[in-house]
This record gives sequence, C-alpha cells and structure tokens, in this order.
Amino acid sequence: MTAPTVATQTEEPEVILRVRNLKKYFPIRRGVFQRHVGDVKAVDDVSFDVYKGETLGLVGESGCGKTTTGRTIIRLYDPTAGSVYFQGRDMAELKGKELRAMRRKMQMIFQDPYASLNPRMSVLGIVGEPLEIHHIANRSERKERVAELLKLVGLNPAFMNRYPHEFSGGQRQRIGLARALALNPDLIICDEPISALDVSIQAQVVNLLEELQEQLGLTYIFIAHDLSMVRHISKRVAVMYLGKIVELTDRDTLYTNPLHPYTQALLSAVPVPDPFIEETRKRIILKGDLPSPANPPSGCNFHTRCPVFQKGLCDVQDPEFIEVEPGHFCACHLVKPQ
Amino acid sequence: MSAYEAQSSSEHLLEVKNLTTRFYTEDGVVYAVNGISYTMDEGDTLGVVGESGCGKSVHALSMMRLIPIPPGKIEAGEVLLRGRDLLKLSEEEMRHVRGAQLAMIFQDPMTSLNPVLTVGFQIMEALKLHQGMSDHEARARATELLEMVGIPEASLRLDDYPHQFSGGMRQRAMIAMGLSCNPMILIADEPTTALDVTIQAQIMDLVKRLRDKLGMAIIWITHDLGVVAGLAQRVNVMYAGSLIETGPVKEIYGNPHHPYTAGLLGSLPRPDDPPGTKLFSIKGEPPDLLGLPKGCPFAPRCTYAVERCFHEAPTLEPTEPGHLVACWEKERVEKIQ
Repeated sequence: MTAPTVATQTEEPEVILRVRNLKKYFPIRRGVFQRHVGDVKAVDDVSFDVYKGETLGLVGESGCGKTTTGRTIIRLYDPTAGSVYFQGRDMAELKGKELRAMRRKMQMIFQDPYASLNPRMSVLGIVGEPLEIHHIANRSERKERVAELLKLVGLNPAFMNRYPHEFSGGQRQRIGLARALALNPDLIICDEPISALDVSIQAQVVNLLEELQEQLGLTYIFIAHDLSMVRHISKRVAVMYLGKIVELTDRDTLYTNPLHPYTQALLSAVPVPDPFIEETRKRIILKGDLPSPANPPSGCNFHTRCPVFQKGLCDVQDPEFIEVEPGHFCACHLVKPQ
Repeated sequence: MSAYEAQSSSEHLLEVKNLTTRFYTEDGVVYAVNGISYTMDEGDTLGVVGESGCGKSVHALSMMRLIPIPPGKIEAGEVLLRGRDLLKLSEEEMRHVRGAQLAMIFQDPMTSLNPVLTVGFQIMEALKLHQGMSDHEARARATELLEMVGIPEASLRLDDYPHQFSGGMRQRAMIAMGLSCNPMILIADEPTTALDVTIQAQIMDLVKRLRDKLGMAIIWITHDLGVVAGLAQRVNVMYAGSLIETGPVKEIYGNPHHPYTAGLLGSLPRPDDPPGTKLFSIKGEPPDLLGLPKGCPFAPRCTYAVERCFHEAPTLEPTEPGHLVACWEKERVEKIQ
C-alpha cells in the first residue's frame, strides 16, 4: 500500500496502529425534547501505539472503557475526538469504499460466543459472509475457503452446514475466529474472547490464538479483565481506569514493577492459585466503588479510591500520561520520570 | 465408599452421603449429581470447584432442598446437619432450617434480591420470621448487619431499593442477609464471579473477617482456583456430577492425584512463564450430562486412561490421610509443571 505515512519518526518496530487522543462520549439525553444534559465519558483521551506482530493487552475493570476503545478503533463507533492511524492512514477520515477496504485489515472477535453468531445462519453462511460482502469469492470458492478456515481453527470442515446451537462455547469461539480470519486481516481486536469459557477450554483457545499469530503474522489487541491470562499472552499491557490509560509498559515491567497505585492494587487483588503464596500475600484493598463515567471525579479520576491520594494536588489537577522511563508510561502525580 | 464410612462418625457438623440428584427433562434424564459424599466440621471453609455444569451448584441446591421438583428429583442420599437428615424433613420443618441453620448466597445479587422491596425489608423479613423479632428490633439488627458488612450510613441505606446499590454493595447486602440468623453453615454460590477483581478482593477480605469473628462454616462454590487457594482449608473437585478429588487445599494444589485436577491447575498461566510458553490444555470438552457414561466420566479426555477406566467407575480412595481421589491410575498421575 502506498499510503501517505504520518509522523513515522520511530526507527523501532513498525507501528501498525497509532491511537492519538481518542475520545468517545455517549450523550445523555433527557425529557421530551431529548435535551443533551451530559456525557458518559467512556473513552477519555487515550493515546497508544501498537507494533506489528505484537499482542497489546488492554485491561481494566468493567466500565473502564476497554471495550469501547476497541470498538471505536474499528469504527463500530464513531470517535468523538482524536484519531486512529492504521497502517499510516487516518481511519476517521476514510469513507465509503476506502473505509470498507481498510476494514478488511482489521477484525474483531467478541466476548459472548452465544450472542455474536447469528443462530439462523449455518457455519458456512457465518464464516463465508465477509467473503460475500467484500465480493471476494464465488460460491464454490467460498466453500473451499470456509473449509480451509475451519481447519485452521481446529474444527472439522464437515460441520459447515451445522448451526451455532449445535456447538459448545469453545467451538463457537473458534467459529468467530474463523470469521475474523476470512479476509486475511493484519490486526484482530479480541474483546474478552475467553472470559465466557470454562477454565479447561480457555487454555485451548489461547493456545490457538498464539499459534495463529505465529503462523499468519497477526497483531492482536487483547481486551480482558483476567490479568494472569493477559500476562501470558501479551507483549505489552495497558491498564485502563474510568476511560483513561493509567499505565502502559511491557508485561514483565508491569507485573514486577507497577508504578501507578491503581495498577498496584489491581495486581494485588488477583487471587493466585497457590495456597502457600496466598497465605502470606498482602492485598491492597481499595475502598469504595468505581465512580460513574457520566460524572467522573475532578483531577485524577482515581483520587477517590487512591491509597496515596494527596489533597490539593490529585483532586485538582489531572495528571499527564508521560513516559517515566523508556517505554514505560504512567499517569500519576506521584510518579516522576527517572 | 468403604474408606469413607470408616472415618465418618456422628460428630461432624455436616455429613453428605451418596447425594444423587437427577432432572427428568423432555430430552432425557440429566445426571446432575451422582452420589457424592463428604463431611465438614465446625469452622471449616470448604471450596467446591469445577466447571459449569459439573453439578457444584445443584449439589448445594439439593442440600437446601431448593431443587424444582419436577423436573428435578433427589434420588438418593442423606444430608446430615448435626446428625439430622435434611432430606427427610417436611417442607415446613425445612423452612426453619433454611436461613436459620443453613444459609445461601447466590452469584448474581441483582436477580436474587427482589427489586420492588427495599433492602431493609428483605433483611428484616428473615429476622421476623426466624427469630420472631418485632419491627423495631429487626430494624436495629438489620442496621447492625449492614454496618458489619461495611455499608456506610447503614440506617439510611436500609430504605434503598436494590437498584440503588452498586454490584459490590448488593453482594454485601446478600451476605448480611445470609448471616442475619447466625447460620451454622453459609453456602456461597459463585458470590464474586460477577464482580470486578478489586471488589472481589473487598468481599473476600470481608468474608474472612466475618468467618474469624462469627465462626461459621463456609461452603464456597467457584470455578476460580485462585479464590479457593486464598480462602479455603479443604477443597472438593467436581467433574460431571461426581466428586473426583477431595482434601486439604495445600495438599491438592501441591500434589494433585486426579488427572483432571492436575490438568486444571496446569492449564493456568503462571507468572514465571517465559514469553511464548504454550499452556497445557485438557483436550476435548466437558461431557453432556444427558445419560451417564459408563466408567469414569473423565476417561474420554484423560491422557492416563486405560481400558478399565471406560467401563468401571472409580470410587474415592485415600492416597494420603484426608486426601481422597477417584481414579484407577492415581499412582501414575503427576503434577504438571
């Protein structure tokens, strides 16, 4: 592709996706006239890069905006502000034909394998639909390609005339993955792809994702709340809280040396399947609940629950998301660059 | 079950013997719980782990006698609470047991609280019924309970409806309700599964403190092996309606003897895995419980399975004191590193 490149001053690995100051607000409307009374700030000024061939983990608790971030990148939602450069081109400016062409390169798999497959379509119809929409193959070629895709994700191609209800959760997730792979994408956004599956099936799907990544050179954004699985699959991890990324670094640094107080609390809250470790572990118990993204706190939006909150600073000023050491970004007043 | 009966005596707080529950559906008979037996003592915390459909919730509902009949039916077994068989009680007698001696909290606090009644009303209801309190006394006790589970401004929040509480607060209210009549055993069915990890940590911390303060026994049902590691002393591992391994948590996590337990523990990502490590995965899928397979239910997925496993079901036998395993090949099973 000979697209105009945007600000590629990095000599490092190729940046496949560049997200800058992305915002997605959902308006709250009230009354007969649907007056605009406020916004749910689901994603509030998020910036990060994704390198080709890596897996970027995006973690956080429910309502932190991680799914909305994924959906806005792929333009299932139109961003309120900010830009998304995919392979050097601004997705927000693309329209019609061009947008469709770019979308082929970016696919998504969803959390709920029961809701994300049309129950009235056969597997052939579901996996072949992207090929049909993009006018890629005729009927017999399509069948061949679907068989190939099913084999790729570890399903028997003889199942292609069956319907989703005949499959288990793990198998359905494989069907969703086959559909995502149909157009040879470069980037797949995996939105909690394993959280609805049983423990013994999770490992199967994660192994499959890793094998396909190696085989096809895919890049993943892996959205999840299971921090131990994210650590396993990701190269770098971004932690979100209430619409913002609070920390972003490579996985080992994040898990051994988390700098943001929220990351520290989140990691300490994850139970470890080892009774000997659990016996002596100290937890940071956060007080209170996640505030509403419709009415986020002033200043740093974590200050209401923060164990090291400083009055007069954290509740007044919004901390900047800065690079505190090479490749390690953090948004906290108390974390200074080294 | 010979090994089991030898060590059982009437002193146990809870003794479950050969509990068997089936559902007679249009599609056929669902073998939900297939003859499970175990005991619990005062102050014990027992973790019950297994995947969805393994019968862990149905086993608890059977003990509470909350199985819808029909299609469900408790086919056989005894549930002895301090020596009294709950399965033989009349519905009227059972009503006095539920809540007062054996209380249960559920996974989703939004669907288990009545949305059109205030939280206070729902807590007070049990107090008035079981303990014959007056409105005034019940209100005072309910305030105390909400304070105990860490809800700020408890006396005001009593008049709130469930939708005015956050997910974590609803689960706290459920716990308050469960503890309101000082039950001997609190059964918690996936109480933190719907919650975020930081809220889960709050609830687990709360439950541990209440357990130490009030001394009740807890049965904690979950699929999260991490939660059990931090909370329970003993663990029951269930698969396809059967109890396949039981013992002290440290013993089972350190030295699993059933291939399924070993596989589950082995399939979890470990923090010290170098990048690119393949996770161990158990092949295949959990079985359909329509129709009970002959032999060991895990045999079709098991890497240790031999001829015998496919036609003869193994029974729980001890390997170490207090550690029982239902597997013919238990001596060969190794922990997955």
